[in-house]
Amino acid sequence: MSRPLLDVRDLRVSFPVRRAGAMPWTPPQDLHAVGGVDFTLKPGETLGIVGESGSGKSTLARALIGLVPATGRAEWVDGADLVDLSPRQMMKYRADIQMVFQDPLASLNPRMNVGQIIAEPLTTHRPGLSRSEVKARVKEMMERVGLLPNQINRYPHEFSGGQCQRIGIARALIVAPKLIICDEPVSALDVSIQAQVINLLIRLQKDLGLALIFIAHDLSVVKHISDRVLVMYLGKVMEIAPKDALFNASQHPYTQALLSAVPIPDPAREADKAVVPLTGDLPSPMNPPSGCVFRTRCPRAQALCAEAVPPLEGTDRRTACHFPGPLTEAEIAAARTEPA
Amino acid sequence: MVLLNINDLHVRFDTNDGVVHAVNGVDLTLEPGETLGIVGESGSGKSQLAFAVMGLLAANGRAEGSARFDGTEILNAKPRVLNKVRAEKIAMVFQDPMTSLNPYMRVADQMAEVLVLHKGMSKRDAVTESVRMLDAVKIPDAKGRVRLYPHEFSGGMRQRVMIAMALLCRPQLLIADEPTTALDVTVQAQIMQLLADLQTEFGMAMILITHDLGVVAGSCERVAVMYGGRIREQAPVAPLFADPAHPYTQGLLAAIPRIDETEAELRAIPGAPPNMTHPPASCAYAPRCPYRLAECETERPPLEGFAPDRKRACFAALDDIRAHRHRVSITADEAATAGPLEDEPDDALPDAAVAGVGAAAATHEVKQ
Repeated sequence: MSRPLLDVRDLRVSFPVRRAGAMPWTPPQDLHAVGGVDFTLKPGETLGIVGESGSGKSTLARALIGLVPATGRAEWVDGADLVDLSPRQMMKYRADIQMVFQDPLASLNPRMNVGQIIAEPLTTHRPGLSRSEVKARVKEMMERVGLLPNQINRYPHEFSGGQCQRIGIARALIVAPKLIICDEPVSALDVSIQAQVINLLIRLQKDLGLALIFIAHDLSVVKHISDRVLVMYLGKVMEIAPKDALFNASQHPYTQALLSAVPIPDPAREADKAVVPLTGDLPSPMNPPSGCVFRTRCPRAQALCAEAVPPLEGTDRRTACHFPGPLTEAEIAAARTEPA
Repeated sequence: MVLLNINDLHVRFDTNDGVVHAVNGVDLTLEPGETLGIVGESGSGKSQLAFAVMGLLAANGRAEGSARFDGTEILNAKPRVLNKVRAEKIAMVFQDPMTSLNPYMRVADQMAEVLVLHKGMSKRDAVTESVRMLDAVKIPDAKGRVRLYPHEFSGGMRQRVMIAMALLCRPQLLIADEPTTALDVTVQAQIMQLLADLQTEFGMAMILITHDLGVVAGSCERVAVMYGGRIREQAPVAPLFADPAHPYTQGLLAAIPRIDETEAELRAIPGAPPNMTHPPASCAYAPRCPYRLAECETERPPLEGFAPDRKRACFAALDDIRAHRHRVSITADEAATAGPLEDEPDDALPDAAVAGVGAAAATHEVKQ
């Protein structure tokens, strides 16, 4: 088997947070946004990361490119540990790992024109290039992402959301990275525009052999684009599996609840489907439940779940659950009758 | 009997960039107890339609036409009339529960205010009634939580508070403007279930405004699809999804990835929505439409009935749409690059046009 592009082991991110009303001399507590995540990414593969707000999926992405400090190991294909690099050493890898952000307009500098925005990574990482060479590459990249090269002197506010996202993608691609991390790249776009951007990402990935980490809360989009999917809950990996296995025969109760909540644009199927109700809210990450973090809302939780943290087990598909397997109809019915 | 009858409704905004034609002649009727879904992308005018009916347009907005609720004209009615209708007869739930609750007031105070004002209840009775309503929307420990401030609730709980507040006066009509867009799918499922339960319990009608076709499929009886400030297709929910009669509806359904199916490639709708500062005199969808005919670029198709309960606004033959017999093929790239910059969706309704209450009109909610 070939070496993975990225091998993440026990990655943790925590933020010191002062509790509301705490006295100024009390030491801040740690909020564990990401609590020990393991996964590998093969070259050219798309890994989808899903989870509710607060599950730590964006923090995980930011940790990988060094935007937030992390502990653990994230081994790049050449053996370097991305978590442990100094900012100067990290520069070298920034050209290999690029990011596309959620808010298309906010992630572009309003005072720079499109040409400058797209060229900036290139002039930073390849300072030897001549100005004409940079301009030629920028124009080529604009064409590639579906922008008109004659728009090179326009400013971000002159573009629509979908076009701004294309600019963001061009900026990420210009340095020929090996991995692009997309943090909710289409959630701010309308459905008709969303499909254009998704199709563009898929095509670019095929043409350029990129690996993608695709973070989204929209499970249908993740299903469409990913090869494998990682499900996060409260900073922990619940399940990681190839797309078909995860969407057709999920083993983890949380994944099943999440999937069942997605509305289906088909009235007949929508009426027939059995929603696994999740009662209550996400617990506070300041004070996560003992054992399995999902146990407080799990329809299958038992005494063991409060005592021991379930390890992420399996080879191809890995599940962190003491009692994996599809929920039975009786369990779903029981969860539904429970008081909210 | 018709509960709400909207006739030839127009909404315009005067902005520095010119007049934005947000809604251009919408006719809608709603029966008591019925659930109507209004679907459209940002800038399609779906939210402004609701704001106009409720008299909540921003200061630079003007509404023309007619909206009769239970026989009374409420469009551009005097505040005295509107204040009677709002909350008591028609209530509204907005998209963002954080910005639509008053952060300075305890939940008990802002809920009781409604009852004191509209029903003349004493503060004590009003709070008791508020607690009862918070129980009805399944907020655990409602009695203990009613003294909290909005920021002490999670997003889903805040939306429940909003719904409870809207239902306090037992309205006959609830307008929900993107009620779950800011929420996670699991919470969305809870809220949609709650709305359905409450609707049966209180026997009210509901207008659900959303961009999510999945949400519509699960909860509406009838659907109106809007594009460029007009209704493009109107049908009961089952035939709309099974047999879309308008190219835009068909395009939308083909453009969304589905969790229950595996599609080879998404069929994106090329191009971008029209700029509503200069709405085209012809069909606004024509530049993006694969079925377009010569007359589509000169005339505007009227919304006409073609089957019982079903209407569409399109010149293309229904058989062609059903058989996917496209006349022009537009590749996604061609349209994306060739589309003139003037066709900007995000500028269709500038923020200035929808300042204030209109802030909830933005479809996009930034999620973490």
